[in-house]
Amino acid sequence: MANDVAPGELLIQLRGVTKVFGEGPTAFAALKGVDLDIARGDFVAVMGPSGSGKSTTMNILGCLDVPTAGEFLFRGHHVEKLERDQRALLRRRYLGFVFQGFNLLARTSALENVELPLVYRGEEKTARRAAAMAALDKVGLADWWDHTPAELSGGQQQRVAIARAIVTHPDVLLADEPTGNLDTERSIEIMELLTDLNRNSGITVLMVTHESDMAAYAHTIVHFRDGLVERFEVTEGAGVKA
Amino acid sequence: MWGTTFLLAVREIRRHLLRSFLTILGIVIGVWAVVTMVTLGQGATAAVKQQISSLGANVLQVRPGQGFGRGGGGPQPPDFKIEDLDAIRTQIVGVQAVAPLVQSTGTAVYNAANWSTTVNGTNREYFTAQPWTFTSGRIFSPAEEQAGKAVCIVGNTVRNRLFRGMDPVGQRFRIKNISCEIIGALAPKGQGGFGNDQDDIVLMPYKAVQRRMTGNRDVRMIMVSVDADYDSQRVQASLRDLLRERRHLTDAAEDDFNIFDTKQISDTLSGTTQILTSLLGAVAAVSLLVGGIGIMNIMLVSVTERTREIGIRLAIGAVAREVLLQFLVEAVTLACLGGLLGLFLALVSTLILAPVLKVPFIFDPQINLVAFIFSALIGVVFGYFPARRAASLNPIEALRHE
Ligand SMILES: Nc1ncnc2c1ncn2[C@@H]1O[C@H](COP(=O)(O)OP(=O)(O)O)[C@@H](O)[C@H]1O
Ligand SMILES: [Mg+2]
Repeated sequence: MANDVAPGELLIQLRGVTKVFGEGPTAFAALKGVDLDIARGDFVAVMGPSGSGKSTTMNILGCLDVPTAGEFLFRGHHVEKLERDQRALLRRRYLGFVFQGFNLLARTSALENVELPLVYRGEEKTARRAAAMAALDKVGLADWWDHTPAELSGGQQQRVAIARAIVTHPDVLLADEPTGNLDTERSIEIMELLTDLNRNSGITVLMVTHESDMAAYAHTIVHFRDGLVERFEVTEGAGVKA
Repeated sequence: MWGTTFLLAVREIRRHLLRSFLTILGIVIGVWAVVTMVTLGQGATAAVKQQISSLGANVLQVRPGQGFGRGGGGPQPPDFKIEDLDAIRTQIVGVQAVAPLVQSTGTAVYNAANWSTTVNGTNREYFTAQPWTFTSGRIFSPAEEQAGKAVCIVGNTVRNRLFRGMDPVGQRFRIKNISCEIIGALAPKGQGGFGNDQDDIVLMPYKAVQRRMTGNRDVRMIMVSVDADYDSQRVQASLRDLLRERRHLTDAAEDDFNIFDTKQISDTLSGTTQILTSLLGAVAAVSLLVGGIGIMNIMLVSVTERTREIGIRLAIGAVAREVLLQFLVEAVTLACLGGLLGLFLALVSTLILAPVLKVPFIFDPQINLVAFIFSALIGVVFGYFPARRAASLNPIEALRHE
């Protein structure tokens, strides 16, 4: 997996990706042939009505799910052909996730939550601690390292989740409605954090959002409708509306 | 990875202390029961063996009559004579020692103290057949035996009653109005297999007892010690034939004497306690199995409860094997904790129960080790299914789980 991709080069390619849930008469096609190219360093927002296939697409891009048909190339790997554990290893190496519901381990300190991906990477405890503290520092929560999720606000929890996602220096950060549970002020903080990570840490950001204010932080907006990409929109990024 | 997985398991167990305790309760009780039962059972077996061996290993006791609780009515069958002993000695192969027992009871008096006890008249060979140790003194000399001299060997109870802590050897006391010189004192043997006090005894040359106490030439019991190289069953058979002949029994007549084989009794009794021990152990092992099902039950609940956590781990990049290992290590750690707790409780309860049940405490490392390994194995077996379930969860659905 050493075929590194240079900035600006294609990192992700979806070719005619379909996803059908269920079988027989109850079968439902959530994706009906999606084509999508994402270059390294991009900041992409995915928008569209509820049920249009945004999350399904994110799950495939995040190697959590495989397409029913079509191709998904990530760093030259045909992900649709990989086994479950091989996809897990791709996630471990190259991907970071941020969810709408934060999904932190309960009754576990912020530091330990951020350390978790490094545990699976087999890193030594001291190296783990240092990297996790650095990540927490990056999201502005270094002073909160020993707090459990219950002791943190929603915005803080999401920032811990972002720290956990970036602690492994991933290629891609996938965020499915990361501001869905937050108020506007907190949402803006998160978006500014994502923008900073995209600009200064070279992380490709893929984000689903309902709000055009948040989508305006991205460079590219992909509009979904009925399991298909309806149109692409290029913005100036950093929250300036086109 | 192993160390981290183990720490993770310990943390999870600590986080749910009460639930963890309830989870392992079955294993705790199972191990506790198995180890307690087997330890006490082995103690009982050892105690039985010890008691039987105090009767003399490999000794045939021959008494007139048809044995315990039989042949109530009719004329009393005759006792033996000393000539019977001579015949046994000369005609039966494999006999190491033949001793008569001429029994009488009487009050022993020393100074102001008196004590009613049993007097056994016997010969020098008796001390080969019976495992007595002397605290002081000696057995009768051949001359004393031959002459039927009034010399006595006293048991520990008699000694305590009449002489307190004093060494009685060399003293004279009266028993049944005979003045008797004490030539030996016996070490205590303790309670016999039938709850009798084996140390409440005075031993004298049989001729002295016959002449001066019973007033006849009868012998109540013959002890035949079988040479270890010979089959005691065979010796017993020829002994029976010989005695039938000497007592002029027709072929149709039943034996009017009985032969009590201590070795056979010892084997039977210790065999019985061993079977009992294994049975109790098996019952307890079933409860250990039930304990395993308890672990599986709670682990399944735990997997459901922690579905979202599993989803997070999978999304972050844990492979199936790592999640499986995490839950398996947790189950095995729990089971081992249960095993250790059970072993500890078993140790405490056997230490308390052994003296109450008058059974020696014998710590058997083997049964402790086996029980511990068994509980760990139960953790593996019953933890595997829930762990497999955790590892095979779909990460997307697991993350969505409420
Ligand atoms: N596991 C599933 N089984 C059946 N249908 C599903 C499943 N996941 C998603 N769907 C359906 O696929 C469609 C697209 O879902 P999703 O990608 O979650 O939409 P959204 O754009 O709101 O994120 C929806 O109609 C949803 O009901
Ligand atoms: Mg969605």
